[in-house]
Amino acid sequence: MIDYNSVLSSRIRSVQPSGIRRFFDLANSSGLSDIISLSIGEPDFATPWHIRQAAIDSIEKGRTFYSPNRGFTDLLESVSEYCTRRFGLTYDPKTEILVTVGGSEAIDCALRCLVSPGDEVLIPQPSFVCYEPLTVMAGGVPVPIVTEAKDEFRLTAEALKNAITPNTKVLVLPFPNNPTGAVMRRAHLEEIAQILRDTNIMILSDEIYCELTYGDTPHVSIAEIDGMRERTIIINGFSKSFAMTGWRLGWAMGPEPVLTQMTKLHQFGIMSAPTTAQYGAMEAMRSGDPDIARMRDEYDLRRRYIVHRLRAMGLECFEPEGAFYVFPCIRSTGMTSEEFCTRMIQEEHVAVVPGSAFGSSGEGFIRISYSYSLKHITEALDRMERFIAKNKR
Amino acid sequence: MQEKILKLLEENARLTNRELSVMLGISESAAASAVDALEKSGVISGYRAIVNWEQVDKARVNAWIELKVSPKRDTGFDEVAQRIMEFDEVVSVYLMSGSYDLLVEINGYSLQDVAMFVAKQLSTIDGVLSTSTSFLLKKYKDKGTVLGGEEESDKRSMVL
Repeated sequence: MIDYNSVLSSRIRSVQPSGIRRFFDLANSSGLSDIISLSIGEPDFATPWHIRQAAIDSIEKGRTFYSPNRGFTDLLESVSEYCTRRFGLTYDPKTEILVTVGGSEAIDCALRCLVSPGDEVLIPQPSFVCYEPLTVMAGGVPVPIVTEAKDEFRLTAEALKNAITPNTKVLVLPFPNNPTGAVMRRAHLEEIAQILRDTNIMILSDEIYCELTYGDTPHVSIAEIDGMRERTIIINGFSKSFAMTGWRLGWAMGPEPVLTQMTKLHQFGIMSAPTTAQYGAMEAMRSGDPDIARMRDEYDLRRRYIVHRLRAMGLECFEPEGAFYVFPCIRSTGMTSEEFCTRMIQEEHVAVVPGSAFGSSGEGFIRISYSYSLKHITEALDRMERFIAKNKR
Repeated sequence: MQEKILKLLEENARLTNRELSVMLGISESAAASAVDALEKSGVISGYRAIVNWEQVDKARVNAWIELKVSPKRDTGFDEVAQRIMEFDEVVSVYLMSGSYDLLVEINGYSLQDVAMFVAKQLSTIDGVLSTSTSFLLKKYKDKGTVLGGEEESDKRSMVL
């Protein structure tokens, strides 16, 4: 009998399974059939039809071969144009952009190209669950930085300064943030830049939710701040902005020396991102701006509605300005995040994700997704209101 | 703002002014006066339930009649349209471009009912040259709402 513990790498064995996933298995095993969920982190819209049509056309024309390793030239050029048009960023499509299998591959690829054994990777938390495990697999040491409700879950200059050591290699900058909905405005990024300017620390700026910010000012990338472009890898993708999650298509942008190495790794590991998806994405880049606006407007009114309802229930809830999540504090119920979520499934059949799944600093909070129809959201919140009323201290 | 209010109410006319104000980030009184203005100006001409009568009465039918009409010297198509509008059975009347002139929607209790109405009431109107009746078999999408069968379940899966 083979002993799998001795076969499997010590790194992968040290990685904990996703906390979101674990909670879900719990909900699924409850045997309840009428569970209504506000827990999924992908758009509820189907991909706009003209984008689907473009992909179908490409299949009909027999365009079923590998693309160049970096991605189709047309797509790289249109990504470059899009970033100039919307964020004033200039990246050379020939050397500074790589089309990847979702933003996820781009994150993995960037970490593996930057991290040497023992290098520290700073990860603001609460945040998406992939940065820690991918850092570990790259041989790095994840160093969480706690962001707090009192700072509207932004990364502060002070917290960053305290976390930096001689071994710090990468700062992950996950804004707009999943799960908190926090954003970093230009002034906040300036403060971060101030600290990084004279260091060798690289920034992995995960801007996958960049099109989903609310309020008057659009998203600002840290690469726009003086002196930051040379040290920033921007991660972006089509999943959230264009409701294209299942197409698995994203991109990385950054300085040529880094992108050259990332392209090498991508070439050996993946070869090229899906061809059909790239044809759909070209159409999205060319004429998808109105789709973004339409979906953002819809998310925005759900966001306002949910925050209003949660506050009316007596929950402390910071106003999220990005992504499609709200992150209310549930400490007033006296329950832990996990207890709250488990009991709400059992008693009112509503599923949300415990904040603790996004790092220990998420304890005392829950993540509510509003990538659901208003009708669905209203029903779930009505049930949640009953649950809170019963359990409020 | 006006357009956003209209879109929300078109989807769900039962939203309160309070709910509208929260969703749009305006004051409740601003929402109230905007809705009021839309009602007064006739942009919103009413609120009604979308009823699937077929579920109440299986025999009930919905028909679309294309009418060719010879227009009157002074009143054009208006006079004929006016007469047709008077019947309770008639749900809508439209003047169309193309191969016919008036499109008339009729609700009836049976196929026979509608056929007799067309033969006796519509085709006999002075100026009506011909009629062509089509019965509605199934609604796939109505007023922007996709209809049909059970609500589609959420196809999304928890991936992380």
